[in-house]
Amino acid sequence: MPLRYPKRISGGCHPERSEGGETIRARPLFGSFATLRMTSLRLWMLGLALFACKREHRDFYGLPSSAAVTKPPVREVELVPGGVAPADSGPGPYEENAYAVSQGKTLYNQYNCSGCHFQGGGGIGPPLMDADWIYGSRPENIFETITEGRPNGMPAFGGKIVTDQVWQIVAYVRSMSGLLRKDVAPGRDDAMQVRPQEQSTPKARRVQSAVPKSAELP
Amino acid sequence: MRLALAGSFVQQPHSVLNPASPQARLVDRLWDAMYVTSIVVFILVVAALLWAAFRHRDSLEQADDPAQRRPLRTVVILATGLTAIILFVFLIFDLSVGRAITTNPGNDALQIRVTGHQWWWEVQYRDSLPKDWVTTANEIHIPVGRPVVFELRSADVIHSFWPPSLSPKRDQIPGNPNSLWFRADSAGVYRGQCAEFCGYQHAKMAFLIVAEPPGEFATWLAGQRDTAATPTDASARRGKAVFLASSCVMCHAISGTPAGSRIGPDLTHLASRRTIAAGTLPNTRGNLAGWILDAQAIKPGVKMPPNRLSSADLHALLVYLETLK
Amino acid sequence: MPIDVGRRPSVDHESVRLRLEETWHQPPGLWGWLTSVDHKSIGKRYIVTAMVFFLLGGLEAGVIRAQLARPENTLLGPDAYNQFFTMHGMTMMFLFAVPVVTALGLYLVPLMIGARNLAFPRLNAYGYWVYLAGGLFLYISFFLNTGPDTGWFSYVPLAGPEFSPGKRVDVYAQSITFTEIAALVAAVELIVTIFKNRAPGMTLNRMPLFVWAMLVQAFMVLFAMPWIATVTQLLAMDRLVATHFFNPAEGGDALLWQHLFWFFGHPEVYIILTPALGFVSMIVTTFTRRPVYGYPAMVLSLLSIGFLSFGLWVHHMFATGLPQLGQSFFTAASMMIAIPSGIQIFCWIATIWSGRPRFSVPFLFVLGFVVLFVIGGVTGVMVASVSFDQQVHDTYFVVAHFHYVLVGGAVFPLLGAFYYWFPKVTGRMLDERLGDWNFWLLFIGANLTFFPMHQLGLEGMPRRVYTYLQGTGWGDLNLLATIGAVLIVLGMVLFLVNVVMSLRRGALAGDDPWGADTLEWATTSPPPPYNFAYIPVVEGRAPLWEQSGELPAVAGLRTDVRDVLLTTMLDAEPDSVHRHPVPTIWPLLAAIATTILFVTLIFTPWGAVIGAPLLLLSLLGWGWPQGREHHEEVMVEQQG
Repeated sequence: MPLRYPKRISGGCHPERSEGGETIRARPLFGSFATLRMTSLRLWMLGLALFACKREHRDFYGLPSSAAVTKPPVREVELVPGGVAPADSGPGPYEENAYAVSQGKTLYNQYNCSGCHFQGGGGIGPPLMDADWIYGSRPENIFETITEGRPNGMPAFGGKIVTDQVWQIVAYVRSMSGLLRKDVAPGRDDAMQVRPQEQSTPKARRVQSAVPKSAELP
Repeated sequence: MRLALAGSFVQQPHSVLNPASPQARLVDRLWDAMYVTSIVVFILVVAALLWAAFRHRDSLEQADDPAQRRPLRTVVILATGLTAIILFVFLIFDLSVGRAITTNPGNDALQIRVTGHQWWWEVQYRDSLPKDWVTTANEIHIPVGRPVVFELRSADVIHSFWPPSLSPKRDQIPGNPNSLWFRADSAGVYRGQCAEFCGYQHAKMAFLIVAEPPGEFATWLAGQRDTAATPTDASARRGKAVFLASSCVMCHAISGTPAGSRIGPDLTHLASRRTIAAGTLPNTRGNLAGWILDAQAIKPGVKMPPNRLSSADLHALLVYLETLK
Repeated sequence: MPIDVGRRPSVDHESVRLRLEETWHQPPGLWGWLTSVDHKSIGKRYIVTAMVFFLLGGLEAGVIRAQLARPENTLLGPDAYNQFFTMHGMTMMFLFAVPVVTALGLYLVPLMIGARNLAFPRLNAYGYWVYLAGGLFLYISFFLNTGPDTGWFSYVPLAGPEFSPGKRVDVYAQSITFTEIAALVAAVELIVTIFKNRAPGMTLNRMPLFVWAMLVQAFMVLFAMPWIATVTQLLAMDRLVATHFFNPAEGGDALLWQHLFWFFGHPEVYIILTPALGFVSMIVTTFTRRPVYGYPAMVLSLLSIGFLSFGLWVHHMFATGLPQLGQSFFTAASMMIAIPSGIQIFCWIATIWSGRPRFSVPFLFVLGFVVLFVIGGVTGVMVASVSFDQQVHDTYFVVAHFHYVLVGGAVFPLLGAFYYWFPKVTGRMLDERLGDWNFWLLFIGANLTFFPMHQLGLEGMPRRVYTYLQGTGWGDLNLLATIGAVLIVLGMVLFLVNVVMSLRRGALAGDDPWGADTLEWATTSPPPPYNFAYIPVVEGRAPLWEQSGELPAVAGLRTDVRDVLLTTMLDAEPDSVHRHPVPTIWPLLAAIATTILFVTLIFTPWGAVIGAPLLLLSLLGWGWPQGREHHEEVMVEQQG
C-alpha cells in the first residue's frame, strides 16, 4: 500500500537526513556550532539528550519529495474501520516534539478541523478526545483519515495539506486523548478555555459505546 | 531623503534622522536639542575630570588647602543645579512634543487597521460598506497630507508598528487595541519594521508605506476594491486551478475565487505589491518561485510550508499570480 | 563576662591567634569545602563562579556579534540565535552582574565593618549553593537545546504556553527562581550584618561608602526580587497548570507581565549599579588619598537612587500605548534620577581635584568608568523622554545605552575593584603593566562596540534580530561593533592571563599595599578565618588614616567558641554576644532538596510531593537544636 510517512526523528538530535522518501530533513540551522554542541553533548549527556532533544528540536518544514506530486490527491480506501494501517509502527514522527505538536494544534484550528470536531468533543464530526476510534487511533490511521477522507463527511485533505503538516496535526489529535507524553503535549491556548489543556489530559479510557450516529458507516 | 538605488527595495527612508511627517520631525528636533546639550555636558564633565586628575599629577605639594574647599562646594552645587535645570527644560520640551504628537487628528482622517501576524502585516481599509473593505498585506498606501489613523492589533504575539521616518512606534498587544496617527508630508516610499521581539522571523518582518498624492491614492484604493482578474490565457487558467487544488488555498485568499482563507496574506492584488515575504524580497518572478518552493530557506520558521510543484504547474501558478494586479 | 572596649589586652597575641585559628578554621579537604560557612571562602567561590558565567555570557555575546558582523549571515539560524541572545541576557543579569557584586559585598562587608563573619553564615552557604544549582540548571538545559529563547524579558504571549511549547520557558522561569532566592538570602544577610555586626564605634555615619552602597542595594533586592520571583511563577502556572494570568481571552492581561517584570527589571539595573558606585568611592578615596568629598551628599544620593529606581519602570513600556499624562510622570522620575547620579560624579571629581591621584590600574578603571557612565547617562536622559523613546525603543540605540551603563557603569568599576582588592583576597598584586593593556583594550573595545550602535538604532535597526537585509546599510557599523567585540575579548583574555600569572608569581601584597583607609586593610592578606584577632574599635570614617599605630580593640570575647560581638543599629554600641554556627553540611543538603523540588516541578506536579518533604527534612536537620545556641547581653567596660 502506497502510504508514505516521514521516518521518525531518530535517536539523538539529528533527524534522519536522507534524500529519498518523505523524510523530515534537518535544516542546517545551527551550522557548525550546533554540530559541535551536539557532538559534545552526545559524548557526555546521551541519556538526557535523548530525553530533551526530541522534545525541544525545532523542525521547520523540510522540502517534500517529488513523491507527493505523483500521488493522486484522493484515493479510494477500503471501508473497513481501522483496516489499512501496518501492524505496529509506534508513535508518529512528531509525537515526541513539542514544537511540532503545538504547530499541529494551531493548524487544527486554522484549517478548521474544529469546525466539525470542535475542540475534540465532536459535534458534526466524531469526538477526538475519547478513546473511541472508528478508523483506528494509530498515527497512520489518523494520517489516512486526514489525507484520504472518510465517508459521511470527512473530506480528503491529501494534496491540500503538506505531509509535514498532516503529521503535526496527527500528533496533536493524538494528544487530545492523552496519547502523548505530558511534557510534549501543548499547554493552554491564549483563548477562551474550552477544554482542559492537552498536557494535563489523562489517557482516555475506552468506554463501551456505540459509534456516534454522525459517523456510522453508510 | 536618501536616494533609493534602482532595484534596491530595502533602501527606503528608514531612519529617525530622516523625518517625513510632522510627528517624526518634532521628535527629530527634540533629538537635535538633546544631542547638542549632551555633547556639551559630556565635554564639560570629562574636561573637569581630566583637569582634576592631571592638575596635581606631577606636583608634590600638599593639595589639601582648606581655603579651596568653599569654591569647590559652590562648584558642586552649581553643577547639580545646572543638571536639574537642564533636565527640567528637557522635561518641558518632551511634554510639549508629546502633546503635539497626540493631538486629535481631526475628522477627515483615514482609518487603516494594521494587524500583526507572525511574521507579516495584515492591512485593512475599512469602509461603511463591508463589500468595499480592502484587505492587503505588508504594503500600506496612504494619501499625502491627510492624517491617517492606524488601528493596531495583533493576531498572536506582541508586535510593534514602526515606520521610523514617519512616526514613533506603538506596540500591537493582543487584547489591548492601540492606535497611532500621523500625516505624511511628501510622497515617497518609506520602510518600517516590527520593533518588538516576536519569534523566529522578527528580523524579517518589515513593511512599506507608500505615500502618494490623494488622486493616485484614490485610484489605487479603487483598484484594490476590485475582485481578482479572471485569467484569460490557458497558462494562467491552469495556474488558477493549481492554486485552488494545492495547499495555497488552505491559507490564502483571492477574492472572486473560492479561496477565502485568512491565515496568510491576501493575494488578490499580489502583483501590485513591491515586495513579498513581509518586505524581505522584491516581488519578482524568481523570488516568488523560490518563496513558493521553499519559504523556509528564506525565512526559517515561517508558517509557509514548502511546496513541490512540477515545473509546468509552478510556471502556470506564477503566470496566474502575476495577473493579480 | 565583661567586654572591654578600647584596650588591646596585654596577653600573648600569638596564642590568641592560634586559639582563634583553631576555633574558626574551615575543616580541611573536600568536606571542609562543602561544609564551609566562612564568608570569605564562600565569597571567593561566589566571585569565581560569577566570573565563569561572565566569560560564558561574553562568549555568547561574541557569537552574537559574529553573526551580526555582516548582513544575512548564516552562522546562526533564528532558533539558535534566539537562544544565544536570551542566554547572554540571562547570564549577564542573573548569573553574573547581581551575583558578582553581591559576592564582593559578602566577602568585603564583614571585613570593612570589623566583623568576624556574616550574620547568618549557614544561610550564606545555602545562597551560594542555590545560585550554583540555578546556573548549572540553566546551562545544562542550554546544552540540551532547551535554552530559553524568548529573551531575558520573556514577554507573554510569546513566552506563554501557546507560542513557546516545550520546556524552554519553564527553564527560564525556574532558573530565575533559583537566582532570586540566592539574591534575597544575600540581601537579608547583608542588611542584618551591616546593622548588627559593625565594630564598636562605627556609627552609621562612619560606615565606608561601599557598605552604604551594599546596604541600599540589599534593600532594593529585598523589594524588587520578590516581584520577579512571583511573576515568573505566574508564568510557570500559566504554562503548566493552565491559569490565565496573562490570557486576555479569560480576563488576564498581557501587559500585566510587563508591569510586574519591569517593576523588578528597572531596580535590577540600579541593584547592579549601586555597588559599583560604592567600588568607585572606595577606589577614588584610596588613590587620591582624600576622603570622598561630600560624604553626606554621597550617602543621600545613594539612598535616593535606591528610592527613585522603583519609580521608573514604565519607561520600558512607553510604546505600549499607556496614557500620555501618566507616562510623563515616569519621564520626570527617570530624569530625576540623573540628579543623584550627577551628584556622585561631581563629588568624585571634587575629590580627585582636591587630591593627588595615583594612576594605578584601579584608578584608570574609575576614570574610564566616569567617561562611559556619562555617555550612558546622557543617553539615559534621552530615552526617558516619551516621544524620543517611542522612536528608539527596542532599537540598537537602547542596546548602546544600557551597555554603556552596564559595561561602563558596572563592569569597569568591577574590574577596578578586582585590581584593588585582589591583593587582599589572594595576598598577591595583579600586574600593573598587563593591567594598563587590559584597561585600554577594554576601553577602546567597549567604545568601538557600543558607540556605533547609537547610530544603528537611529537608522532603524531593531533589537533582537538574528540578521538584517543587505540593503539596509547597517553592515559597516555592525562590522565595526564586531571588531570592537574582538578587542573586548582580547582585553578579557589579558585579564585572565594576569590573574593566573599573578596568583603564581605576583608581588606579595602585605596588609595594606595601597595605603587605604578602611578596616579590611588592617588585617593580613589574605585575611585569617577569624578576620581580626581583636575586633577593632572605630573612631572615625577613615580608621587607618586617623589612628596611627595599632587600632584600639575589643577585649574579652571568648576565643574558644565562635563568639561574635553584636552592636546597636545606629551608634554601634556593644550590645550582645552571639555564638555563630560551626561548619555544617545542611545548607548544601537543603540546596539540593530545593533543586530537586524546583526542577522536577516543571515536569510533573509530583515534584512537589517528592521535593517538598525533602526540603522540609533538610531544614529540620539544619535547625535541629545542637545545644550550642548562645546569646547573652554584654556588660561593657568603656575605656577612656
